[in-house]
Amino acid sequence: MKPPKFDYFAPDSVERALALIAEHGDHARFLAGGQSLVPMMNFRVATPSALIDLNGIADLRGIRIDDEHRLHIGAMTRTREIEMDAQIARANPLLHAAVPNIAHMQIRNRGTIGGSLAHADPAAELPAIVLVCGAAIQIVGPGGRRSVGAMDFFEGIFETALRDGEIISEIVFPTWPAARSWAFDEISRREGDFAMVGIAAWFDLDASGKISASGLAAIGAGDTPLRLSSGEQILIGRSPGADVFARAAEAAATDLQPASDIHASAEYRREVGEVLVQRCLQTAWERSS
Amino acid sequence: MTIPTPYIGTSIKRLEDRRLLTGAGRYIDDVKLPDMAVMAIYRSPYAHARINGIDLAAAKAIPGVIDAFCAADIETDLPAIPLRLAPFDGFERFLQRPIARDKVRYVGEPVAVVIAPDRYTAEDALDLIEVDFEPMTAVTTVDQAAAGETLVHEDAGENMGTSYRVGRGDADRAFTEAPYTRRERFTTNRHSAVPMETRGLIAEFDPDRPLLRLHGATKVNFFNRRHLAAAFGLPEDAVELIETDVGGGFGARGELYPEDYLVPIASRRVQRPVKWIEDRRENLTATNHSRDIVCDLEVASTEDGRILAMRATVQGDMGAYIRTNGGVVASKAAQFLPGPYRVPSFSCEVQFLITNKTPVGTFRGPGRFEANFCRERMLDMVAADLKIDPAELRFRNLMEPAELPYRIGELVPGDVNATFDRGNYSSAFKRLLDQVGYADWKDRQGEIVNRRAYGLGIACFIESSAAGPPETARIIVSADGSIEIRTGASSVGQGTETGLAQICADYLETDINLIAVLHGSTTLVPTGGGTFHSRNTVMAGNAVRMAAETLRSQCIELAALRWNTDSAGLAYQNGAVHRRDDPGTKLSIAELAIFAESRDGEELASDAAFDNEGKLSYSYGAHAALVAIDVATGVIEVEKYVLTEEIGRALNPAMVQGQAVGGLVQGLGGTLLDHMVYDDDGQLLTGSFADYLLPTSTELPDITAIALEQSPSEFNPMGFKGAGEGGIVAVAAAVGNAVVHALKDHNVQINDLPITPDRLRAALRAAGA
Repeated sequence: MKPPKFDYFAPDSVERALALIAEHGDHARFLAGGQSLVPMMNFRVATPSALIDLNGIADLRGIRIDDEHRLHIGAMTRTREIEMDAQIARANPLLHAAVPNIAHMQIRNRGTIGGSLAHADPAAELPAIVLVCGAAIQIVGPGGRRSVGAMDFFEGIFETALRDGEIISEIVFPTWPAARSWAFDEISRREGDFAMVGIAAWFDLDASGKISASGLAAIGAGDTPLRLSSGEQILIGRSPGADVFARAAEAAATDLQPASDIHASAEYRREVGEVLVQRCLQTAWERSS
Repeated sequence: MTIPTPYIGTSIKRLEDRRLLTGAGRYIDDVKLPDMAVMAIYRSPYAHARINGIDLAAAKAIPGVIDAFCAADIETDLPAIPLRLAPFDGFERFLQRPIARDKVRYVGEPVAVVIAPDRYTAEDALDLIEVDFEPMTAVTTVDQAAAGETLVHEDAGENMGTSYRVGRGDADRAFTEAPYTRRERFTTNRHSAVPMETRGLIAEFDPDRPLLRLHGATKVNFFNRRHLAAAFGLPEDAVELIETDVGGGFGARGELYPEDYLVPIASRRVQRPVKWIEDRRENLTATNHSRDIVCDLEVASTEDGRILAMRATVQGDMGAYIRTNGGVVASKAAQFLPGPYRVPSFSCEVQFLITNKTPVGTFRGPGRFEANFCRERMLDMVAADLKIDPAELRFRNLMEPAELPYRIGELVPGDVNATFDRGNYSSAFKRLLDQVGYADWKDRQGEIVNRRAYGLGIACFIESSAAGPPETARIIVSADGSIEIRTGASSVGQGTETGLAQICADYLETDINLIAVLHGSTTLVPTGGGTFHSRNTVMAGNAVRMAAETLRSQCIELAALRWNTDSAGLAYQNGAVHRRDDPGTKLSIAELAIFAESRDGEELASDAAFDNEGKLSYSYGAHAALVAIDVATGVIEVEKYVLTEEIGRALNPAMVQGQAVGGLVQGLGGTLLDHMVYDDDGQLLTGSFADYLLPTSTELPDITAIALEQSPSEFNPMGFKGAGEGGIVAVAAAVGNAVVHALKDHNVQINDLPITPDRLRAALRAAGA
């Protein structure tokens, strides 16, 4: 479990990083927190010829809230920083609640939000949060800067809209209404393991107390994090309550596309996914009422 | 000097802990020798394949690579890895050679070796080894093995390693006449010891001296030395096995494995020290697996639940070869199936089947964990069928003190004298029920609190300990008053140094801080028995006691010489000899050591060997688990766990507690998490800690472990019984029963391990829940 030889570069600017990847070509990889890539290298599953380490680029780190109350998180911000940040607890409590479910503290100390999104493990928490919040993923690359909506970012297992030589620079979460109801829950074999299935949920109410907007997303239930739009549609225009939540959960389950592995069957994931949707909606509602 | 209290029975802090906790331990990877090379092993990627050719040229051509070899390059034919335990007839056809020659039989089997200056270069070379494999059908289940369409070892003509029938009484007749019978199939999951420190070895092989020194040895060093000496054509005294600190054994570490031969061969070839450290991926395929049995169990009883007979077939999945532990797992599963209960008639067919998986060996509580699960689950089913409370059913069947000692019969071929010694099983069981509040719980089974269903499961066990050869100890007193204990027993991290020092300090009446314990290495003592079967406190402990007693006598004799008086007028007390008529006149052991030295350079030292002559003491007790199950998700939480274990006498109660808790947690892993999963091609799907799940601190319940000291062993004067395995042996049994009680409204049965959310939900779905 030792990697083959590779070159290593530690640029201090995005420009330099982009120049290095252009120079070293197809077999070079960017290194973020290294919590997925490095084990894969040790198993020789990934064998990059060069690592371009983004950890020294200060511009890629940081948390801020703009004038319109949007939350900006630099791609190289550690998961643990998100977990410990008091303003995120207000600016996006769903994100804040999901983060402690990511692996173990030692891993969160190194892992980054950008790294997790770029890796795009379908059981990972951050991709689902980005997806359910409708965040925008800011990308910089040889063609300049562009922004990709989370709905268009995740393309398949470990596949994203990132193209050769591109880096995620920042994730921008839309403004979080103070009254929004939300919940996150996942089931894993042990604390810190990848979720067998997990659900992120939120909804907003209009003045009459009916649900005006909603978001449901699942992890561990498909090739990518999934938006469960069938469940979201059931919620819209209805008053929150156990019956509505049960119907929404049943509909949401039809959007799951789970596969079987050694930890759980597809049947389990579908069934428990539905249970978690219902529970998350109920928890969200109880918390806000 | 006065000694504050006796050390035996006191929870003194472990003497080794300061060293280990401050990073001053010396594990095998900490050993660095001049000019040392490292070695890496090319392991079979196939479960079953013919080897048509091996090309090492490209690997050898990598800059830095020192050497590479495969079976064809080894001049002398290596002997097979020997059988140490349970060596049943027929097994000799399935022994493993240290390196594959014509065929590979499991994923992970060694095929070639690379020697390089560092592991990176060695792994680069492994990538360039080309082996022409011709894949064959893999045999991955005992049923497939029994069918015999594909033979793992063609020369054997079958996949049945061996089979036999054991029993007592007339089971068939009892079943014919019994008013109640039930039959069930149980399976226990293949899993493994997975110590925190993986295996590792460093060989220094100088054929001219001759000397083979092997660092990283442990467990049964004298047995291993004998076989390694024979394998390499060396006299035994030319082979030294050196024990370092060891980060966990649990039965798996320290057996002879292919690497114990390959590392010396590598050193012999390159004429320099060679190190091999097992990485975790190797560890999960190369180190013995365990527990993998299928048990068809039948029970016959009266209508009021008194057991008349048990009948069973136990099939052990042995993996591809029979290794040193022979048939221990399945044979002990069969032997312990009746457990501590009155089972007048018993008949068991035991089959050892060869498959294309990693070979199996012992893991803490071998066979007992399995047997207890099958029997205790069955007893709960009987209780439910006959509408008897499960605890009451057990009381009706537990053997009473008046029935002990009880000769259990030849339930392992050749083991004709096995006898449960004295004890009071009901008392230990009752202690458990009181502690866990069973009277309150038995009517609350299945209660739902916060959408979780609660269930309390109970299980009884009995467990042998301290079998095997004699153990040795030597005590040496130095002129500065320091005392050194040397023993043939090993330390695998369990506190051997502390325990032996406690005994020595009490019997020599000295300060424990004067005592150092050196263990395991073959250079310390002429012979030794080793560390397994919860032996150390019983065997090495009594050897130390005997050596200390001898040393006291020697001190008196020396003092008599020194004072030119009759030894009858002298007494030993508080680390010194004094005159009975003048207690103020003393000679300390340090002064006596100096005196001994002054007489022809004698050492003040004594040797002893303790042999229990096969008379075993049996630890026994009971477990209770309280589980909460989220019915909708199948998530199981073990909230509370209580166990009692009669161990005769606790040498160090805190260490006994540690053994019980550690064993219990490992047992929770084996019950809920640990599982070596293979696909139909014989590929291991759980090759890393992302997929092979060990229990962690977040999975721990509230634990109460009670060591009972009501029935001291008759077979050693200190009264010790083994205390290393009682914590693990009934965990699957108790948790399995708890889960069934929690889900009693859904009539879910637990016959297979591990119990996972996915499996529970599948059962609940089938039950309409």
